[in-house]
Amino acid sequence: MDFLTLIQVLDSTMRMATPLLLACLAGLFSERAGIFDIGLEGKMLMAAFFSAAVAAATGNVWLGLLSGVASSLVLSGLHGLASITFRGNQLISGVALNFLASGLTVLIAESWFRQGGRTPSLLTDGRFNGIELPFAIGPADAAAADRPLNELIKEAGPIQQLYSELISGHSILVYVALLFVPLTWWVLFRTRFGLRLRAVGENPAAVDTAGVSVQGLRFAAVGICGLLCGIAGAYLATGLQAGFVREMTSGRGYIALAALIFAKWRPWHALGACLLFGLLQAIALRFQSIQFGGFTIPVQVMDALPYILTVVILAGFVGKAIPPRAGGQPYVKER
Amino acid sequence: MEKMPKWADVVLIPVISLLLAALISAIVILLIGESPIEALDLMVEGALGSTNGWGYTLYYATNFLFTGLAVAVAAHAGLFNIGGEGQAMLGGLGLAIVCLYIPFPHWSIALLVAGLGAGLFGAAWAAIPAYLQAKRGSHIVITTIMFNFIAAAVLNYMLVNTLKPKGSMEPATGRFPESAQLPSLHDILAPIGIEFSKSSPANVTLFVGIAACVVVWGLIWHTPLGHEIRALGKSERGAVYAGISPVRTVMITMLISGALCGLMATNNVMGEAERLVLNATEGAGFIGIAVALMGRNHPFGVFLAAILFGFLYQGGAELALWTNIPSELIVVIQALVILFTGALDNMVRMPIEKIFLALRKENA
Repeated sequence: MDFLTLIQVLDSTMRMATPLLLACLAGLFSERAGIFDIGLEGKMLMAAFFSAAVAAATGNVWLGLLSGVASSLVLSGLHGLASITFRGNQLISGVALNFLASGLTVLIAESWFRQGGRTPSLLTDGRFNGIELPFAIGPADAAAADRPLNELIKEAGPIQQLYSELISGHSILVYVALLFVPLTWWVLFRTRFGLRLRAVGENPAAVDTAGVSVQGLRFAAVGICGLLCGIAGAYLATGLQAGFVREMTSGRGYIALAALIFAKWRPWHALGACLLFGLLQAIALRFQSIQFGGFTIPVQVMDALPYILTVVILAGFVGKAIPPRAGGQPYVKER
Repeated sequence: MEKMPKWADVVLIPVISLLLAALISAIVILLIGESPIEALDLMVEGALGSTNGWGYTLYYATNFLFTGLAVAVAAHAGLFNIGGEGQAMLGGLGLAIVCLYIPFPHWSIALLVAGLGAGLFGAAWAAIPAYLQAKRGSHIVITTIMFNFIAAAVLNYMLVNTLKPKGSMEPATGRFPESAQLPSLHDILAPIGIEFSKSSPANVTLFVGIAACVVVWGLIWHTPLGHEIRALGKSERGAVYAGISPVRTVMITMLISGALCGLMATNNVMGEAERLVLNATEGAGFIGIAVALMGRNHPFGVFLAAILFGFLYQGGAELALWTNIPSELIVVIQALVILFTGALDNMVRMPIEKIFLALRKENA
């Protein structure tokens, strides 16, 4: 494997890791506040559909992003209603929302576009296109030199390759996702809101005693979760790919959940875990099977690796993953 | 004192939840631009109007019987087995290996041994999450979700690399031998003079499923083990105080639950497809959740709910065939049923409890 191939795999890693990272941070907010959310998958799927559908209908990707986030927030609201207001089972609510998204997206897509449960392919304006950072070799240079882009990059020096291929040329949502990591850390660990949010996931009674609304905080957390899932879904349909196809999240919500446990509910570790799982996906995407010193690793092992790693972590063989203490329990105010 | 009579809890609340789900589905159908009444007509006609329709309805119902019972058994111990899909996949794998490599003289012996293989594989797949939950405290919901994905990868690998016949491109096993093919409802009912559709997939495993209902009912309410399972589900501390070992009970419950999911393979793999294909389970493991919630974790309730969902699946397929309503409508209905009977249970329950309390006050 030469240097350029490595860079390309890492570049693909960034793209694959972005939806995982956004969904993982979404789950982080929710679970830190004590609301389990296995409905990340459904929210992403819903947002992916609505962002692609509105972008296709209006030709404006920002409107698409907005409606994607809005649709994800609606599901978040339902989850909040079920698990906070009516103190229902959070896991069952998550399962229900996943199915709701999986069914509704195809149903609406079919009656709106009649293309077999997908949206029309998005053209340039309907997508988040790559942003070219200054001094990077991009499509504009290729057009000016009248040669294919990959030839230009192949001829460039290693640092320029690294810069042009790996760092530059991603859509804005990739950079936004990366910015959300320090932002999440700052909000959770350096603000009063963050302290209260973490407290409500560990000991809601204490927060209640202090005169802060447990329900309000939890709804805020679930709302942030919806926002981030919405961006993740919009990136899937309008950044990573050009349009919505049925079940396009293909388990990413669950991988994000796995990454969250892997990271033990910490923002910077979440970045690491998502990059690792993104790398696995990128490798599985590029190589059908991997030779490992005369031994072939089948592609199915690569597919299953994130899940296997998570089970190993959960089993406590590599340090113990301890979730927020009040996670999954509805808060009943004593009277 | 109970807030409301038992019949309200067992019958009224599920029925109201179901009506709510149906109402929202009707609105969805209206928004698509079709008539909900005509749609219901078509579904009833397609699923219950002919023996062929009944055959499909009962075939789906048999799948859901097994997975619904599996979720219900786990729920009695306070465990949420969301891994039915993976356990059913592995059950299919175990069944396929038995059917392909052991020659059987008669289908009844084949069903017995293949069912054993399917149950063993399903139970084995549930055993690891169960052990991790019981011994190491890893949350069973997360581990069983992970095991669904791992099961898909295992099945994919086995079909592509080992079980696929030589020269075939499709990731599926070859057809099972003649002696391992189960009699359909047509074959069973013909001797007693009942005409039943020849082409429908309902088969003898329907009776296995019904037997499983009876066995589970006996197990949960009339054996010491069932008592231990329910005690653990009500209160772990109470169970420990009563000398019940949580580790042992969790393990046994999940083994039973996994085996029930595995047994589903006798219907969909052995009875219908007569070979193992990649997506053989078709989400039945997840429908088990809706079925168990709807059936209030009681085998008889599960039986009724399984038939209801069998009707929805067959009716939904008919809808997709004759109207512009895609079969995904059923996924939406399933989601709404899970939402209303499971997560939003209190939303339905609280007003009804209030009504009953008010009625009681008037009487007093």
